[in-house]
Amino acid sequence: MMAALRKVACVEIGEVPIALSTRDEGFLDLLRQRYDGFLSSSPPEFELEFDLESARPASDDDVRVRREGDEWLVERGDFHARWDPRTGRGSVRQNANPYSLDSVLRIVHSLILAERGGFLLHAASVICDGRAYLFSGVSGAGKTTMTRLAPADITLLTDEISYVRPGADGYWAFGTPFAGELAKAGENCKAPVSALFFLEQGPENRVDELPSAEAVRRLMRNILFFAEDRVLVEKLFATACDFVAGVPIRRLTFYPDARVWDQVCNFGRNFARSFQRVPEHA
Amino acid sequence: MPENCIYIARSSAIAARALAGEMMVMNSADSTFFTLNQVATAIFQAADGRTPLREIVRERVCEQFDVDPEQAQADAEQFVTELSSHGILLVSNRPLASGTPR
Repeated sequence: MMAALRKVACVEIGEVPIALSTRDEGFLDLLRQRYDGFLSSSPPEFELEFDLESARPASDDDVRVRREGDEWLVERGDFHARWDPRTGRGSVRQNANPYSLDSVLRIVHSLILAERGGFLLHAASVICDGRAYLFSGVSGAGKTTMTRLAPADITLLTDEISYVRPGADGYWAFGTPFAGELAKAGENCKAPVSALFFLEQGPENRVDELPSAEAVRRLMRNILFFAEDRVLVEKLFATACDFVAGVPIRRLTFYPDARVWDQVCNFGRNFARSFQRVPEHA
Repeated sequence: MPENCIYIARSSAIAARALAGEMMVMNSADSTFFTLNQVATAIFQAADGRTPLREIVRERVCEQFDVDPEQAQADAEQFVTELSSHGILLVSNRPLASGTPR
């Protein structure tokens, strides 16, 4: 009997188009619905073939990402994936669970980004006045709260996983479909990163400087990276140092009401003004 | 181990970067992260596996920082012991091949 043809949806996040193929019509529909807004007609840079296995249970196990020969082997209870970065092709066996799909896609992007000087960050991100602001912190620190309190004219890039990569004149943040508590995908657009805030809730709104070493430490702690690979970890460390050297990193203590956004917007405007100021001796 | 026989080298399993006047060192095997002060940075940067620790302390620490030589030597040995326990520095009573060219 002839095998059913694979159907393809190309999903482009962070300007990295990946062709996701499956023989299962229902899974294809799930892909299209879940990544609506990120579907692309660009020629794919990478390909992932999905084969469904109903026996694989949902899993809270830790994921393992390790090299096996030239391939990356990515395993968790609910999925098993192989991906060859040289050919850009990989295969995934998982159940039809969308959370497994999200996990695989995040891990593949984290590997691609690490090679390209970018990273995925546990952070909400938005665009305000054409500039991106990132809000990072542990679960419960207030990432989703910040996005809920945001003024109506901001653009949501994500309330959970920020996509950051180097571009013209610094680092850029891209929208992702990876939603957190807000259960809403980000907009598929990008902007240059203006600042990264590490969130802490407190009795008042205030913005404080963070020493560079502390900023790198916090950044590394919040970057999504699972690979057991010394070379890539070192590359990620170098990326984190470059990011901290080039982007303002602050601690944002906030009382959860909308006035915190005055602090954020004022910080962005003041920083841009001081950055553009012409020196007196010029 | 006699103090004048201590040789130190940077492990090959680390990444180090200077940022805003501080040296940050990460053990890439377990992602533990350290920030070194100026004196510790001077010792770390001189850890080539060939220069005895005592010479490093004399030439890189005592000549550049206002410190008591005996105290500096004791502090350096403590620092070396701590970083070697985290896999950042290799320690031997014989010259070592430096673990990393950084």
